[in-house]
Amino acid sequence: MYTEEMLASMKKVEAARERNTDLEPRRMTAEEKETLLATYHPDYKQGEFAVLQVGPNKGEKVPTELAALLQGKSRVADLTVDLTHPAYDVDVLVIGGGGAGASAAIEAHNAGANVMVVTKLRMGDANTMMAEGGIQAADKPNDSPAQHFLDAYGGGHFAAKKELLYKLVTEAPEAILWLNELGVEFDKAPDGTMITTHGGGTSRKRMHAAKDYSGAEIMRTLRDEVLNLQIPVVDFTAAIELVLDDKGHAAGAVLQNMETGEILVAKAKTVIIATGGAGRLHYQGFPTSNHYGATADGLVLGYRAGAKLLYADTLQYHPTGAAYPQQIFGALVTEKVRSLGAKLINAEGEAFMHPLETRDVSAASIIRECGDRGKGVKTPEGVGVWLDTPMIERKNGAGTIEKRIPAMLRMFGKYGIDIRKEPILVYPTLHYQNGGLDIDTDGQSGVENLFVAGEAVGGIHDRNRLMGNSLLDIIVFGRNAGQHAAAKAKQVTVGRLSLDHVQAFAAACRQAGIESDVVSPKLLPNYARKAR
Amino acid sequence: MSEMVNVYLMGKQYQVPSDLTIMKAMEYAGYQLVRGCGCRNGFCGACATIYRIKGQQQLNACLACQTKVENDMYVATLPFFPLVKQVYDINKVSPTQQIMMQLYPEIYSCIGCNACTKSCTQGLNVMQYIAYAQRGDFEKCAEESFDCVMCGVCSARCPAGISHPQVALLARRINGKYLAPKSQHLADRVQEIRNGDFKELIEGLMNKPLDEIKELYNTREIEQ
Ligand SMILES: Cc1cc2nc3c(=O)[nH]c(=O)nc-3n(C[C@H](O)[C@H](O)[C@H](O)COP(=O)(O)OP(=O)(O)OC[C@H]3O[C@@H](n4cnc5c(N)ncnc54)[C@H](O)[C@@H]3O)c2cc1C
Ligand code: FES
Repeated sequence: MYTEEMLASMKKVEAARERNTDLEPRRMTAEEKETLLATYHPDYKQGEFAVLQVGPNKGEKVPTELAALLQGKSRVADLTVDLTHPAYDVDVLVIGGGGAGASAAIEAHNAGANVMVVTKLRMGDANTMMAEGGIQAADKPNDSPAQHFLDAYGGGHFAAKKELLYKLVTEAPEAILWLNELGVEFDKAPDGTMITTHGGGTSRKRMHAAKDYSGAEIMRTLRDEVLNLQIPVVDFTAAIELVLDDKGHAAGAVLQNMETGEILVAKAKTVIIATGGAGRLHYQGFPTSNHYGATADGLVLGYRAGAKLLYADTLQYHPTGAAYPQQIFGALVTEKVRSLGAKLINAEGEAFMHPLETRDVSAASIIRECGDRGKGVKTPEGVGVWLDTPMIERKNGAGTIEKRIPAMLRMFGKYGIDIRKEPILVYPTLHYQNGGLDIDTDGQSGVENLFVAGEAVGGIHDRNRLMGNSLLDIIVFGRNAGQHAAAKAKQVTVGRLSLDHVQAFAAACRQAGIESDVVSPKLLPNYARKAR
Repeated sequence: MSEMVNVYLMGKQYQVPSDLTIMKAMEYAGYQLVRGCGCRNGFCGACATIYRIKGQQQLNACLACQTKVENDMYVATLPFFPLVKQVYDINKVSPTQQIMMQLYPEIYSCIGCNACTKSCTQGLNVMQYIAYAQRGDFEKCAEESFDCVMCGVCSARCPAGISHPQVALLARRINGKYLAPKSQHLADRVQEIRNGDFKELIEGLMNKPLDEIKELYNTREIEQ
């Protein structure tokens, strides 16, 4: 399966395996890390960011691709949308059918609101479905919400919004209980004790899991509950613009059928954006671990309506995406592989770094190895370094891989690579949108009656999210947004519907000299090879 | 560039590189996918696909994002299948065989043909987990069906009209909620937080000057 050139390099990896297995590579000093990040981490690459000319974050920088979309051409620009006869009229409109959207819909329904969900693909075709690792909560006697706070606050570089983080950690055990009561199967010991492990940056073992299908188990259960509650779900339907009323409050959305192109209007007393991340924008040309619909649509919708972004310039590049074979290019190779003892090795067979540095540092270090140092292994799609998986069984005994990381064994096995015997090639992959729309503790954005939940939010995790805190945030803040949006809806009288804000935004763009033909939101990446 | 193979997408012939997945082969051929593509990595079940290699009798099923093309492969996608999902109140169901008889009685019409198991894109023993469900052994049904991505191929092949993935989902929810042991430490912690036990500790931490928080973070003890 591997090419000649790869096999030649692999020989060196094999020759050095015994020595490398026992080696404990030095951890970097704080200073070394800082320089490394500043020089090699994609977030610090000057040329890859653009300064926004228009809107609430005018003057701030965001990734070039995102700026093009935020200041792009609206999908309703050339349409006459009839706002006077909305196809749907509800209390709460939830945009996005992932974990955050489902949690919000369930809670809004339980609070007595008339709720509806629109989602771009099918309900559950979402990043939530793909999470393998687990979900954090401080529910063990040796742990506390304060300890959880400290881990997350420090891991994010001490700039998260404290009141949001407070909510995240204090409501975490409640979130796990809620899921468990809905029937989510967590890994437990026979006496009912949750089986919990470490994740990068945790000081206590508080990662709860459902085998290596944690997100799937949560998502399919929430989806089933939404259907049991008979909440209407309109699938293959994207929100393409928010609708405001004459007071400038959120009052619905313009929807587009993904297949027929039909345009419909949904009127609502409150709106919740739960559209997830941005991996499919392939920032700086990176591959991604994200689902097909992760194109930052919610950020575009919210921004044009006047909602502010926070930390939109920070992304998480997971250090170990699959670099080869090309069929799984960019797919996630879970952190667990390294915590079980596999080390990162360059083309020359050298263990060039400690395998358990934080995600941002590890990613930067791999990029340096493959770039300036020229010690990467060439692949059809680019370049990568070795992750020496056979070390795992040298260290922990035969059978470990099948028992602890079966999904990885299966993923590479399909392409003739037995990770017990051969190392694999990895390179950083675009994984998580740290920043997003700014919210208060009720989940409301800067725009009245517009709520946001999940990966579309910025500020909870600061500039670097810890593993296991995202599944947690979609539950805690998803439920929170649903409850508050339902309560708020009781007091709202919607005024005359309008899309004036879209026109005003376009006019501001023109004034700033931006005449873009980039149509946004993007909805889906274009992977079709032939020109259409 | 790798060698090219012949594939027939919905019966129409295309030449595509042999190392592509079926999903990427469709995109290579020029399709802009909307249906039949979700996670692109084997978790969501959106890309159920049936195929037959020219000249062979056997009909195969797979996930398009997880399967490489082969020469002379006839491919038909199955982006939607009408599974039957019964509506129920998880707080009111009883964790006994009764509930299956009530919600999914068709499982008792299983004729044991094993077509479900043979077609499973995840390689699960589907007929076996249905047998567990028939007996009301939800724990075993949950365990056996855990990796199901609900692609619906089993159901498409079933002469008895069973919606296997939905049966399994019900079993797993019942198992997770009622049968698996309760976590006392979790219930205790939720109660402690409701009582406000940690309020002072965490607010004390939050209100410390940044330097002190940094110091606490950098010197925190890490559980082994
Ligand atoms: C491979 C992978 C592994 C991960 N592992 C972990 C882990 O172990 N632990 C952890 O805590 N986190 C993990 N994460 C992160 C976590 O899973 C996600 O951040 C989280 O699930 C996001 O949930 P969400 O509901 O906000 O977004 P999503 O689950 O992505 O849902 C968003 C939904 O909105 C829809 N949508 C988008 N735009 C529109 C539009 N314009 N109109 C209508 N609908 C739209 C999308 O199609 C999708 O259905 C992982 C992520 C990935 C990709
Ligand atoms: S696209 Fe999700 S399983 Fe193939």
